[in-house]
Amino acid sequence: MASKSFSDRVWSFFSSIKLAIAIFALIGLTSIVGTVIEQQASYNTNIRVLNHLVGQGLAPTAYRVLDALGFMNMYRSWWFLSLLVLFAVNLLVCSIDRFPAIWRIMRAPVKPLAAEQMMKMPIKAEFRLQGSPEEIERKAAAGMKSIGFRAARHEEGDGAVELFAQKHAWSRSGVFITHFSILIIMIGAVSGIFFGFNAMLNLPEGYSTNVVFSRSVDLSDQAENAVRANLMGALDSAGGDINQAARAAGEDAASFKKGMEQAGLIPLNFQVLCQQFEVKYYGQSDMPKAYRSLLTVIDHGKPVLTKWVEVNHPLKYHGVTFYQSSYGLMDDLSNGIAELDVKSPNGQSVTERLKIGQSFQIPGTEETVKLAEFNPALAFDDSGKAITYSQMMTNPAVRVEITDGKGPGVSKWIAQRYPETWSLPDGSTVGLKDFWGVQYTGLQVRKDPGVWIVYLGCITLALGLMVAFFMSHKKIWIRLEPEQKKKGTRLMIAATSNKNRQAFERTVEKLALELEKGGK
Amino acid sequence: MESSLFFGLSTMAYILAMVVYITYIGFRKKAIGVTASGLTMFGFASQTLAILLRWKEFYQISGMGLLRSIPLTNLYESLVFFVWCLILGYLIVEFRYKNRSFGAFVTPVAALALLFISLSGMSTQIEPLVPALQSNWLLAHVTLSFISYSAFALSFSTGLMYLIATTKRGEGAYAFWTVTLGVFLAVLMAMVLDFIRFKAAGLAPGSEEFIKSFLFKSTYKNPEASMRLVSYLATILIIFLTWRYGGALKRIIEGFKLQPATLDEITYKAVAIGFPIFTLGGLIFGAIWADQAWGVYWSWDPKETWSLITWFIYAFYLHARFLRGWRGHKISVVAVMGFVAVIFTYLGVNLLLSGLHSYGSR
Ligand code: HEM
Repeated sequence: MASKSFSDRVWSFFSSIKLAIAIFALIGLTSIVGTVIEQQASYNTNIRVLNHLVGQGLAPTAYRVLDALGFMNMYRSWWFLSLLVLFAVNLLVCSIDRFPAIWRIMRAPVKPLAAEQMMKMPIKAEFRLQGSPEEIERKAAAGMKSIGFRAARHEEGDGAVELFAQKHAWSRSGVFITHFSILIIMIGAVSGIFFGFNAMLNLPEGYSTNVVFSRSVDLSDQAENAVRANLMGALDSAGGDINQAARAAGEDAASFKKGMEQAGLIPLNFQVLCQQFEVKYYGQSDMPKAYRSLLTVIDHGKPVLTKWVEVNHPLKYHGVTFYQSSYGLMDDLSNGIAELDVKSPNGQSVTERLKIGQSFQIPGTEETVKLAEFNPALAFDDSGKAITYSQMMTNPAVRVEITDGKGPGVSKWIAQRYPETWSLPDGSTVGLKDFWGVQYTGLQVRKDPGVWIVYLGCITLALGLMVAFFMSHKKIWIRLEPEQKKKGTRLMIAATSNKNRQAFERTVEKLALELEKGGK
Repeated sequence: MESSLFFGLSTMAYILAMVVYITYIGFRKKAIGVTASGLTMFGFASQTLAILLRWKEFYQISGMGLLRSIPLTNLYESLVFFVWCLILGYLIVEFRYKNRSFGAFVTPVAALALLFISLSGMSTQIEPLVPALQSNWLLAHVTLSFISYSAFALSFSTGLMYLIATTKRGEGAYAFWTVTLGVFLAVLMAMVLDFIRFKAAGLAPGSEEFIKSFLFKSTYKNPEASMRLVSYLATILIIFLTWRYGGALKRIIEGFKLQPATLDEITYKAVAIGFPIFTLGGLIFGAIWADQAWGVYWSWDPKETWSLITWFIYAFYLHARFLRGWRGHKISVVAVMGFVAVIFTYLGVNLLLSGLHSYGSR
């Protein structure tokens, strides 16, 4: 016999379920290593992990071996990606290989069965009924209809009649849909990687930009930092216009863009401005309840979209999505502007916006209030001295000095989160509404044109699994044989189901019981 | 908090039920069996009430919508919900298969989980939600995940019983289940030791401190090398003893008068229910939530990766069973491994891996 051709052998290798099982095991086992070794982390982090696991002596060797094998960034290593590709090919070939058979079963009509064949079916029943054959047949057909089958009829030469039907033949495609969905998801993921980006942006209040920082480039590289600073500078002096910046640098726009990309800078086709950032806390605790940024998209110089962006509520514009992910305080606090609600004792109220060092007068009085100091996280130590207790703006407060031009002034802290600190000795109140311009909002910026493919795949995956597990292809036959001698009818019921047979068995038994009782 | 009263009641009821179920297996008296079922149902009723009360409390405190306030936001609440689903699943099986013997296997899992809550000293306070957790997707994700975990727990129980009942010393599968059980017992005992030291140190309950400074510090991570050695030797001894005397367990299970084929079938059914729910709730909803909250639907973080590993093990189970015709020992071993992965996804990643390195804002 001729041995199988080479391509046949390749095909059967890729369509084999043994390969699938091996790949399941390999992906699973190697992934475990990836959860123990912190991915894309510094040498020190993982040396510490390895010290724990294999001891000080072996750790450096273990590190070198694992590093050489790509385990330090394993989900992007060539061999892991190859495993995923192999998995996809396996799935694809397997699906193609099996599809014709599934298709045939789905399309095949049910055929009447001979009595002996019926008795070989997994679900069966047999009994005799008296009464008119037509009446019995009518009841049998009605019974089949009541459990959801539309019966076809077949009459044999000897007067035997067979009713038969099938249901949910298409549910056989559930497995196929399931497998195909996994491929769709993978296609979506790959197109996201090729045509999208994943970036971050720390944007201070009052600033705007049209450049974001790629996450796939190491942003801590010193040499690269200088390059980035240059590029950003050039872009800044060109007013954010890439073409103009390129011209100024004596390059064409394409190569300028390429340079930016290599440095991890991704240009957007529009500007995004952070108008304001704020945090709400649970009661008086420092646990954030919500934090959000007021972002404005500026396209061709015109503001086109303004939205409060919150965790779980991102902003989308031209395929780019901005997610609220973190926040922080800037190093330089000198540009902050306090927004104060001032109420004088006689009820007059004004809003003041001013920087540290500036002063204003409370309307209708002789009093001058000077903003002396800002503290982003005010607390007092044991001796009553003001300290800053955190790196965030958890308790913003300004110290004001109040003088009426006569006696010595009063100095007082006014804290945004504590309205009881807002009242001044003379009965007026100075409320700190905001200290603007010293916080930045941390945004995750992503463009992923593949995400809809991924979601589509998820939906079909869910549907496919529901069909594969919770629906079954059922067939049923009822055969009515007239018995001349006993003046009765011999009734045979047979049924099968490719899944969840017991449930169907119970249904068929109930039907048989009803027919048996109803026939008497 | 009135809810804690009912939680206490349900814990007691499950522990009592466990004892009575085991007695029932010894004596096989109908009255004992009915008592055991009654206790379980009582425990289930008071647990249901407790969860509802906590829900109400959370709703009133958090000031968020009713749905958002489902108490499923921390390790404690999710463990409680897991036990609830497990007992519900068990009661359904008891009713359907008219067999109480499983109770002796399921109630210990429930009692252990609840005991673990007090052992680990994890916080049972109602905690406000950090912003990332305020999402309906997360809610759907957690709820469905735990329903699937409960189904997997059931398949684990029956798979393990199958192995215990049908293997004998000298077979690979016997070694597998005795070693698994031995490791499980040893780790549990180590944690009890840590907990005693934790209590002796007079520290207030709070999971962070326990995990950071006490977990396995009296044994496997003891600063004294000699103590570490003793711990590992003790572990080996425990594994050996389980292996040597596993036959005793086998006789108990044989006393259940369960057909191995029935066990195998329940194992498969539980996986067949758990798998689609896990895929939808655990993987898909989790990815959608991550996408909404962080802007990445998949980032290969350890929790995600372990969910994927779990998913692959159960996919392995289904394919090996259906297409390679694996039955009996081999397939039951896979079912047991699947649930070990579930436990690791759920607890191990938080307890063990996070001690190894710190993750970012998650
Ligand atoms: C993780 C990925 C996969 C998942 C989630 C998955 C899911 C499923 C499910 C749910 C079933 C139905 C099982 C049952 O009837 O209980 C199935 C059957 C099957 N799977 Fe997969 N599968 C995966 C990967 C693969 C791969 C890589 C292959 C390639 C060989 C494969 C080949 C098959 C075949 C041939 C069947 C039987 C189909 C039939 O009944 O005609 N699967 N799969």
